[in-house]
Amino acid sequence: MIISASGLRKEFTVTRKAGRFRRERHVVSAVDGVDLRVERGELLGYIGPNGAGKSTTLKMLTGVLTPSGGEVTVCGIEPVAKRTTLARRIGVVFGQRSQLWWDLPLGESFSLLRHIYRVPAGDHATRLRQCSDLLGLDEFIETPVRQLSLGQRMRGELTAALLHGPEVLFLDEPTIGLDVLSKQAVRGFLAELDARGDTTVVLTTHDLADIEKLCRRLVVIDHGRVVHDGTLDELHARYRSRRTIVADLDTPWPPNLKIPGAEVTTVEADGRRVTLALDGLAAGQVVAALAQAVALRDLSVQEPQIEDVIARLYRDAD
Amino acid sequence: MPHVQVALAAAGFRRYATYRQAALAGAFTNVVFGFMRCYILLVVAAQAGGSVGGYTGPQLVSYVWLGQGLLAVVNSWTQLDLAERVRTGDVVADLLRPINPLWTYLWTDLGRAGFAMVTRFIVPVVVGAIAFGLYVPRHLLTYPLFLVSTALAVLVCFACRYLISLTAFWMLDIRGVTMFWVFVSGAASGLYFPLAILPGWLSAVLWVATPFPALMQAPLDVAVERGGLAHGLLVTGGQLVWVVLLLLACRWVQHNAVRKLVVQGG
Repeated sequence: MIISASGLRKEFTVTRKAGRFRRERHVVSAVDGVDLRVERGELLGYIGPNGAGKSTTLKMLTGVLTPSGGEVTVCGIEPVAKRTTLARRIGVVFGQRSQLWWDLPLGESFSLLRHIYRVPAGDHATRLRQCSDLLGLDEFIETPVRQLSLGQRMRGELTAALLHGPEVLFLDEPTIGLDVLSKQAVRGFLAELDARGDTTVVLTTHDLADIEKLCRRLVVIDHGRVVHDGTLDELHARYRSRRTIVADLDTPWPPNLKIPGAEVTTVEADGRRVTLALDGLAAGQVVAALAQAVALRDLSVQEPQIEDVIARLYRDAD
Repeated sequence: MPHVQVALAAAGFRRYATYRQAALAGAFTNVVFGFMRCYILLVVAAQAGGSVGGYTGPQLVSYVWLGQGLLAVVNSWTQLDLAERVRTGDVVADLLRPINPLWTYLWTDLGRAGFAMVTRFIVPVVVGAIAFGLYVPRHLLTYPLFLVSTALAVLVCFACRYLISLTAFWMLDIRGVTMFWVFVSGAASGLYFPLAILPGWLSAVLWVATPFPALMQAPLDVAVERGGLAHGLLVTGGQLVWVVLLLLACRWVQHNAVRKLVVQGG
């Protein structure tokens, strides 16, 4: 096991004005007893709404924030006590922070990192070549970081985090603010990294496509607690996510009409558009029954939306 | 010297070498103010019978023009990036490197000072030498001692600015502290006027109890051989003591700052 946390807690003391001179101190619990076990080579999605405690957890796992309680080890090391030792074995990308040198060309940031992490020149060159091929760095490696677009910079940040060959890569919203192509580049790169299997990745994101395309395992956190730990399919099963059929009709939907294996969820457009949720029956059977019962003009079958299930999860946790 | 220090210093050098026009504009400003200060001090010296605070004409010229050159090398007016990085939370990236940020910033700043030395220092000194004629040291040893004293001044100034930046861990907005520092470090370091013109007791207190004279007055006094070579060695030794004390203070304050760390924007 490469990451192990049990009963991890973080409380912040916040002072609020309570009169002209008086100030009251409140304790706010950002992370409230998180248990987490991650095996070597896993790609874990760590998600939750804003303020759920994702970044706080990541900071405790990387050793830049001291936990208020609980136990945590990463690569068998206690993060805060041995932060600089751990720093050689992990890579971190905070989507809204930069670890590159603003005024220097990207390539010079990389060679500076080689010295800081004391990476042998051969290893550095090999890893840089791999990242460069996958992320297309060549066209902007000589450009000063301040002139890079957000997408280019993020590709640079990912490379910077991997050049010392970390065992664990922590990514805090790496696709935030990126355009579609840059997102695809980052996702493709992470999928490749996952396929190679020698780097454990912990990914926090609000981008549900990241989760759908990358994360086999999903840990959902809200109000500082883990509310789901499992696969995306398990999450759909838990919320009984159903495929739906949306049918446009020539004549209004008869109010009492029932179709076996499907539940009518909405009737719109003066009864000429109806949405049915499938209760486990194959879509073909329901469509056949529907075609016999009403005059169909158009029809579409929709897969369960991950947005819906995640939104329901967040709402339930409130 | 290990590679990482050289690489960091080189990065600091290159970072500032990127902004050549800014360096040129800065050097031009230093030269303009150099003329103003030099004429004023020479007029004062002429009125006072040839010297001010014990500095003769050529010594005053050197005091002004070397001071104008050292301004950008010592760089007391510009704060380190650290404070801003604490405020924005980017300091997280600094703490996630396997190297103490104190040394990262120190070596980078030495690289910056190196670039300033070959650009911002040279220009005013050459202009001053051509326009007025500088004081020529009597001892050959004065030249290397001036370089050592300048390097120590850079280190003292770095440590002071690092301490100021570290206050951001508690205060977040350090503009008040910075304004206080800019005023005091200018007036008490010998940047605006030679400290020798102050009352004897005040000058003595500044030299013994504060690091400010170590920023400017010390290397300038070494260069103009005020009090002779022995005094120069004493002054340089004093700078060394301040470097050690201030870097220890930086380590101690940083240790406490990191311990209480709450990264902003979490």
